[in-house]
Amino acid sequence: MSDMALPAAAGARAPLGEAFAAWMLSAPAILAYFLMLLLPTLATVALAFTDYELGADGLHWIGFENFAELLRDRAFATSLRNTLVYVGLVTPGSILGALALALLIEAGTRGRTFFRAVFFLPVVSLTVAMAAAWQYLLHPTIGPLNAMLHSIGAGQPEWLSSSSTVMLSLSAIGIWENLGFNLVLFLAGLTAIPRELYSAAEVDGARSAWERFRLVTWPMLGPTTLFVLTITMIRAVRVFDTVAVLTQGGPNKASQVLLYTMYEEGFTYFRLGYSAAITLVFLAIVLALMWLQTKVLDKRVHYV
Amino acid sequence: MTTYPPPGVHKTVTQTKFDCHISALTAAPQHQGVQFVTGIRIQSVTKRFGATPVLRGVSLDVAAGEFVALVGPSGCGKTTLMRIVAGIEQADGGGIAIGGRDVTRLRAADRDVAMVFQSYALYPHLSVAENITVPLAMRRLSAWQRLPLLGRFLPGTARAAEGMARDVRTAAEALGLRPLLDRRPAQLSGGQRQRVALARAIVRRPSAFLMDEPLSNLDASLRVQTRREIVEIHRLAGAATLYVTHDQSEALTMADRVAVMQGGELLQVATPEAIYADPVDLRVATFIGSPRINTLPAETGADGMVRVAGHPVGLWGASPGPVTLAIRPEDLLPAGHGLPALAEAVEFLGESLLLHARHEATGTPLVLRLPPEARPDLPASGSHFHLQFDTSRALLFGAGGKRVGATALSGEAVLV
Repeated sequence: MSDMALPAAAGARAPLGEAFAAWMLSAPAILAYFLMLLLPTLATVALAFTDYELGADGLHWIGFENFAELLRDRAFATSLRNTLVYVGLVTPGSILGALALALLIEAGTRGRTFFRAVFFLPVVSLTVAMAAAWQYLLHPTIGPLNAMLHSIGAGQPEWLSSSSTVMLSLSAIGIWENLGFNLVLFLAGLTAIPRELYSAAEVDGARSAWERFRLVTWPMLGPTTLFVLTITMIRAVRVFDTVAVLTQGGPNKASQVLLYTMYEEGFTYFRLGYSAAITLVFLAIVLALMWLQTKVLDKRVHYV
Repeated sequence: MTTYPPPGVHKTVTQTKFDCHISALTAAPQHQGVQFVTGIRIQSVTKRFGATPVLRGVSLDVAAGEFVALVGPSGCGKTTLMRIVAGIEQADGGGIAIGGRDVTRLRAADRDVAMVFQSYALYPHLSVAENITVPLAMRRLSAWQRLPLLGRFLPGTARAAEGMARDVRTAAEALGLRPLLDRRPAQLSGGQRQRVALARAIVRRPSAFLMDEPLSNLDASLRVQTRREIVEIHRLAGAATLYVTHDQSEALTMADRVAVMQGGELLQVATPEAIYADPVDLRVATFIGSPRINTLPAETGADGMVRVAGHPVGLWGASPGPVTLAIRPEDLLPAGHGLPALAEAVEFLGESLLLHARHEATGTPLVLRLPPEARPDLPASGSHFHLQFDTSRALLFGAGGKRVGATALSGEAVLV
């Protein structure tokens, strides 16, 4: 009995030392989290309620004045609408495109690695550099796209410099950017589907590829699709670098998007308080999307 | 149930042997007309994966209402054969008929077969009831009627749905799944998932059932219980059942006939009793039975007498030459005289005990199955004793592993 009691007595003292060690071991991560993430976020939240301008002597607490101004600001409304258009085009475009490509690559017998690499290239390449290539491709007079359109006698739109086509062009570039990433996620999701389910579907009477897709592939890809959907929407809301390099929000604010407006307000006009308010709107959208994923959709795609 | 094996079973086996030559494999895939038979008819099916032959011309008939177990070590081609019968995989040569129809060129969906998979292969996003409905919906509803919201309002859908719900209830009832119909597969135990897979197979009343090691994912006690349930379900459904397993005890306990497969060919197709007592091939004899049958190298002399290390054993062989003498553990007995052996260890199994020994002259390990009461009289470990056996139950196999004829010297035991 006595030797059994021994570890318990020692155990009463052990947790203190263990707790200390645990805190010490997690300290770097906790410190980094506070300094790099939590503090800046809280500072932004605080700034959003002030009139602080870069280089100004002081700042005043102005309550919801920045947000009231956002509601009146037509440029902000345009940028919000443009961002929604961009998300609305890029999300379905890059998801459906990636799914179709993933199914094709998975069905093929050879060249899997090759195609995966080809479509993944835009993800690993620098967007700013790629944007320059797009600028050339879409150039109204010397660009190959319009040269091709010219040769078949079609019209030659000014892709990036006309307010009616600029969001379409940017969305196309956005789809191209996101496709490879989604494709790789879908390919991983497809390989995780048990082969026996397809055999069972065949024996059960699923004759066509479409029926097998409906019965097995699509439901089994549910968790993957949900993840791809969330990540693509968040990445699309974040659109900035193509706009900054190709259009600077123009022509005539026709390609003004949320983060570009934030950047302009903060670093061109130095209105950091106002810019912080826009950042909060952006943060709210991203959080709402994540909430949608974890609370609502997640329950419908995991079958456990 | 007991009219099997039908005449001609042994002929099928012999034919398989002849088909296993390489020439049959290199010949262009040919498709002979498969003759009428209800149940399943597998005719000279060959299959290669790359350069590796997996099936070397396999022929097997499963009559309507018959339960045939296809047993063999893993990698012998039995699952491939089953997938070819199901239509999931294509044969390189030969043909398949199901329910009297040549289905060699038909796809799985049109073959009127149902299959139970090793992993159960239930659709995880569907409830138990929906899982069982799938094979019915795929056949009784048009593609339009199966559309998610819209299909419900098309003419005929409601009536078909009613009929399907009735059939699903009947199948679920037969397997005791009524209380589980609304659950998802993930919420079920292994045994319950197994039943759902069975229900999904029987709900359509197909002419052939294919089962691919359906018990291998269950724990031992559940396996013995489910064994009987599967036989019961088979009896109720009355379809031809082909059951693939690597477990010889499943094959012997469940099947009307057992087909032993090895290296892509059928070695023997016979009743469990015949497979056990009268194997035609040494590989069948050693694969079936636990513990393994004892084998001793022996020699048939010019006088016809079979000798083990020079000792005549009371058997006459048909032709002179080296042979293998095979004796089941329960047919070997310790005795005062006979084959000299060295006792090694005793294992107590409850209903019997096993005496592990070694044949002295050749060093061959031997196992004796004895009644538990024999324990006090057993030779001590490390001591020498003698072995006798019932010559009428001993088996002789020729150099190629094929069974050769043997005549017992006398009805009783034995050794000189």
